[in-house]
Amino acid sequence: MTAAPAVAELTYREAVRAALRDALSQDDRVFLMGEDVGRYGGCFAVSMGLLEEFGPERIRDTPLSESGFVGAGIGAALAGMRPIVEIMTVNFSLLALDQILNNAATLLHMSGGQLNVPLVIRMTTGAGRQLAAQHSHSLEGWYAHIPGLRVLAPATIADARGMLAPALDDPDPVLIFEHGSLYNVSDSIPDGTEAVDIASAAVRRPGTDVSIITYGGTLRTVLRAADELERQHVSAEVIDLRVLRPLDDATLVDSVTRTHRAVIVDEGWRSGSLSAEITARLVEQAFYELDAPIERVCAAEVPMPYARHLEQAALPRADSVVAAALRAVGGHA
Amino acid sequence: MTATTKRSARTKRSREHPQRTPGPADGCELYRQMLRIRRFEEKCVELYSAEKIRGFMHLCIGEEAVAVGVMQALADDDAVVATYREHGQALARGMSMSTVLAEMFGRVTGCSRGRGGSMHLFDSSLRFYGGNAIVGGGLPLAVGFALAEKMRGSNRVTACVFGDGAVAEGEFHESANLAALWQLPIAFFCENNRYAMGTALEREHAQTDLALRAASYGMVAWSVDGMDVMPVADAARRAVELVRDNGGPCFVELHTYRFRAHSMYDPDRYRDKAEIAQWRTRDPLPALAHRLRADGALSDADLNRMETEIEAEITAAVEEAEAAPLEAVEDLTRFVYSDRGAQP
Repeated sequence: MTAAPAVAELTYREAVRAALRDALSQDDRVFLMGEDVGRYGGCFAVSMGLLEEFGPERIRDTPLSESGFVGAGIGAALAGMRPIVEIMTVNFSLLALDQILNNAATLLHMSGGQLNVPLVIRMTTGAGRQLAAQHSHSLEGWYAHIPGLRVLAPATIADARGMLAPALDDPDPVLIFEHGSLYNVSDSIPDGTEAVDIASAAVRRPGTDVSIITYGGTLRTVLRAADELERQHVSAEVIDLRVLRPLDDATLVDSVTRTHRAVIVDEGWRSGSLSAEITARLVEQAFYELDAPIERVCAAEVPMPYARHLEQAALPRADSVVAAALRAVGGHA
Repeated sequence: MTATTKRSARTKRSREHPQRTPGPADGCELYRQMLRIRRFEEKCVELYSAEKIRGFMHLCIGEEAVAVGVMQALADDDAVVATYREHGQALARGMSMSTVLAEMFGRVTGCSRGRGGSMHLFDSSLRFYGGNAIVGGGLPLAVGFALAEKMRGSNRVTACVFGDGAVAEGEFHESANLAALWQLPIAFFCENNRYAMGTALEREHAQTDLALRAASYGMVAWSVDGMDVMPVADAARRAVELVRDNGGPCFVELHTYRFRAHSMYDPDRYRDKAEIAQWRTRDPLPALAHRLRADGALSDADLNRMETEIEAEITAAVEEAEAAPLEAVEDLTRFVYSDRGAQP
């Protein structure tokens, strides 16, 4: 007789911390490095308690030197370690962009296959907390532009818990984007390490009338929109990309082949965005399946304003997703 | 990953087989290595003019004492992180002329399978992680190599070579601070050739004493005549021993000069011809040859033999590179991800 797996109620923050603790316990090569990850406990309290458990060598506070410590993570990875570098937020990652693009993403190819960079970089992304223009970016789409990187966006507690282990196991650099609005969200997941893949998109809610494609922080917005659409007798299928690079085209095309309509919801700016890339792929691969123009719901193209009403107006909202889905179905659901 | 796959990062190897910095350098051998680099790069100029080599190519002619003097101080297990002006360092570290030249010819037999070219020479078997073409970009990597060694408790040294231009980059200051703060086993070798591309040292730095600036981070730092391989070799050996014995970083500034332009594209209009001529009088090769001959350590016959052997090596490398195959175009996107990693 098999016991049913224990179910634990975890916050997103606790899920990431549990994944970090597992990784640090299981492999001496793993260490966590970043600004305020140690004594402070992490800017978002993700690594709280890990310093006491694993010591200052492996929970390593860094100076405010993003390029320096991201590059050091790359070097340590080249030298056989398995560093997890935390960049406090994606906004600060711009100071390390040279290292991420010109070294982490490039060295394997540029060395003719000699140099692997088994590095994991975690960073917080997204808006919605009135942090104004310099602390509210969603630039994961930029990183998804870069060959050589794998880009993950855990939107659920299970993915926050499960994605780190396969990311560390990947011989190539992996970027994990944690949306800042998710850390306090909680859910029940089976106790222990639930293995997840870091290759495929997931259907979070099956539906028949329209495919709504999103990821990360806007997944919950889209699920709320799907509830509202159901009340209006529209059956929305919700797809969580999970992996922003390489994109899982097959899941997207399969869904659109069934629903014939697509809405893409992306907290990044519309121009040159991930939503633009997905639109192009659907047009390339599923053009004749589409019964309506593809709709996009993105952040307004402004530096994010501070005032709450302006910030909310700039971000994808459930009502704007509902409106886009209704336009797509055009009364023919 | 499960608990049963627990891996250990600690290695006892280093304690059982401690790395030793090589002993005092043999002047004739240092001369031979400098000559080998000089003749190789002179051939590269010809091959560039013949359009066999393309892209950016940066020569270290005039700076051979730095490449040879620094590399001879390192043990096999130490790591090297260098820049785009790295032909000399690559050869001195032990890479073959044929693998370097084939790389510049864009052949699959090149060290980076034709994907890197002159600026991106790598050989992981020699722990040569050279070839960084973003000024300052290699410094944080070197810090990471040193951090890994410190965490593993090994006594390997990481040698990081960069130019005076890199000292103006934030990455130099971030790296110097990290290395000193964490007491990492890294030897910084600043190849100060007085020009960041076309910008003279005094036009790019408020404080041109670069060793002084490194010292401000709390590491031992000093300057050496980079045009004479013997003091370079001594300084490099002292630096590597210091790092190996004490664990923390140090910084050596090597005053040198490139006799040729920054790259093959550079018309070299920003330097006074008299200045170049003046530095040429301090060419590291004839000066050392003269001393070795005066000491009776090097004869004309020795010199002729060196020239002949080097010429034969270059000829063979050129023939090999000419005959080498190209990477199959079907393999264009190979090595973007590892074979067991993602596919684009």
